[in-house]
Amino acid sequence: MVNFGFTLLKGRQIDYDKNDRSLAEYILLQEPSFSICFECGGCSATCTAGNFTPFSLRRLNILIKRGENEEVGREISKCMLCGKCTLVCPRGVNTRNVITLTKKAFQKNIGNADTI
Amino acid sequence: MQIQFDPFIIPFNIGLYFILFYAVIRCVRWFMDLSRPDKLRLQRGFFGKAFGQSIKDIFMESLIHRRIFNLKPRLGYMHMSLAFGWFLLILFGTIEADIFGEKHLNAPYKAIFFKFFNPEHGSTGFEAFFAFLMDFILAFILSGLCLAVLKRFSSKVVGMKKTTKLKPLDKVALTSLWMIFPSRLMAESFTSGAYGTGSFLTGSMGSWLASFLPAEQMAYPFWWLYSLSLGLFFILLPLTRYMHIPTELFLIFARNSGIRTGDQTGSFSEIETYSCSSCGICIDACQMNFSAGITNMQSAYLMKGIRNNDNVSDMVQNCLLCGRCDQKCPVGIELTPIRMIRRRMGETEKGKTTLLKRYFPDRKYFVPAKTNGKPVYDYFPETRQEKCDVLYFAGCMTHLTPSIKKSMVKILDASGVNYKFMDENGGVCCGRPLMLSGQVKEARELINYNSQMILKSGAHTLVTSCPICYKIFKESYYLDIEVLHHTQFIKMLIDEGSLKLNFLRKKVVYHSPCELGRGSGVYDEPKGVLKYVARLEKTDFEDGNSLCCGGSLANMKISYQKKNKIAGDAAAELTKGNPDILATACPLCKKTFSSVTDTPVADIAEIVAEALAVNQIKRNFIKQPASVKESADIF
Repeated sequence: MVNFGFTLLKGRQIDYDKNDRSLAEYILLQEPSFSICFECGGCSATCTAGNFTPFSLRRLNILIKRGENEEVGREISKCMLCGKCTLVCPRGVNTRNVITLTKKAFQKNIGNADTI
Repeated sequence: MQIQFDPFIIPFNIGLYFILFYAVIRCVRWFMDLSRPDKLRLQRGFFGKAFGQSIKDIFMESLIHRRIFNLKPRLGYMHMSLAFGWFLLILFGTIEADIFGEKHLNAPYKAIFFKFFNPEHGSTGFEAFFAFLMDFILAFILSGLCLAVLKRFSSKVVGMKKTTKLKPLDKVALTSLWMIFPSRLMAESFTSGAYGTGSFLTGSMGSWLASFLPAEQMAYPFWWLYSLSLGLFFILLPLTRYMHIPTELFLIFARNSGIRTGDQTGSFSEIETYSCSSCGICIDACQMNFSAGITNMQSAYLMKGIRNNDNVSDMVQNCLLCGRCDQKCPVGIELTPIRMIRRRMGETEKGKTTLLKRYFPDRKYFVPAKTNGKPVYDYFPETRQEKCDVLYFAGCMTHLTPSIKKSMVKILDASGVNYKFMDENGGVCCGRPLMLSGQVKEARELINYNSQMILKSGAHTLVTSCPICYKIFKESYYLDIEVLHHTQFIKMLIDEGSLKLNFLRKKVVYHSPCELGRGSGVYDEPKGVLKYVARLEKTDFEDGNSLCCGGSLANMKISYQKKNKIAGDAAAELTKGNPDILATACPLCKKTFSSVTDTPVADIAEIVAEALAVNQIKRNFIKQPASVKESADIF
């Protein structure tokens, strides 16, 4: 059988019952402005780190809210905390605190991702 | 000769000898914990030139409270009357007991309770003069005490917006302190009344009280009360803010010997935290307090939190690090370095406190957080930088305010220096925000990366537009290169004559950014440039007293709304005189202010670019057409 490189796609269903939302809850508790983010992507557009690498805070925000924490754990430390995202945010989300809290949560082993 | 003793002196004696021994033990412990160079410094300072200065400082600050006096005269009077008054009372009491007592060199209690043991003293001649003097000092203290009591009800009495909130134990100590002087007044008055002695205060009050009360019997309980409140105050002193009384003496000697906080916890920062008297001047200076209404994180509370071994990480993070409190602290505690040390420490568990531990706290050492050696920022591209004389680093914030960047390019082109734009297409952050959040290891990675770029350029001068970058380039990059903020660079160009500027007929006020002004001590150059190109007006907040725009990257906890409140209040204060332009030297301040005020906000670089003589632009236009074309549409 010739291998054409085609495979079956893995299931990409997001199961909110099974996903671990503890990280999102931890952040929401300490930084309520996280909830008003409407994922416009302004933060990702201006990002200093995003200039070099596909780091996107918008994507991470969505992942955190979905409870898909593994990728967040891999990506979050790429941020340089320069603060441009906070300044451009049209909703006034304290993005820098969201990132710091995420890092802190992983250090405390919240969100069962021990990737850091 | 009768033996002068009465059981009521026991509480006072216990308290006094306890506090003396305690102070000596603490001082020895602090000295032992100093690093070896600091020990040598202190020895040299104590037995050297700094000694005279220290004695002078102790007199001026610990007794007279000169600095509080300059800031808030009534608060200063309150502190002075209690400290200096009490000192005089003890001094003259001892002299009085020495001259008129049964013998010379008496035990301390004989001076303190002199009137009890010598009730007939003070009726004639020289004795009466002394009695008058002692009454006068007591009245002086009591006037200050009245202010202190009133301050608890309304802090406006002493010109303060708010007074420090107290914990229960503080309140007990405060009450015992307050009781000392009225009980002395009552005790002396009753004794004077019974024997017909005393001067204008105790004498007249005594004779009046004796007219309807049995003075002789009434006096004794008040002498007990006097002794008890003294004893209680001394015993509680180490657990409360009054520990600042002995600690400040040590602090003054250590500071005058050249010991500084540095970047690690140790003996000196502990001495500083214990030297805080919670006078509340930092609370009054804090914009988080008077603009944003956040009243639990000011430096006085931080010092208290550290003393009580609380988890202060929230308090430490929720701060703009503008340095206003640091500038105004009358004790001269280095509050910003202490906050930075705590930020690096991260969260601390609240330790178990027993009574013994509260008297003798554990020696606190900073254990650096464990870090794995893997670099975090492994995605940075290879460093590449062309050779040049002057390297221009705009910084992240300047990239968000492109008009500053363009103005700087215009100015650099016009000046004709051989420069290169280091982060023209977006560079790496300078590392200051990470440093401010306490993540030193990550910050060091960015510093190393940028350092390589700078070294490769071979430049002799690094110009930056952002005070945040300026501060870290200056302090944490170990490079043999001159770091200039663009205001300093422009001032230099003007002085050299390589920049021809027109005078703009505009009224300008200058807002000094925290990181540039208080943070790095650059006040004169920006103002010099502004005076050269426009009419610079004064504001109520000049130099060290300048406000923070509220946008500070140091605070990650503050909400957007409160940030804007601080910015709005600051902008309103600065634009009181209706200036044409609110000038600043920081892209972050510019960005924060532009959204809260109708007055146009401009960076000094923009104003200078506007003032550039046209023929100079044209002259260099032929030389370097590419970069000027870009900056043609600024104004």
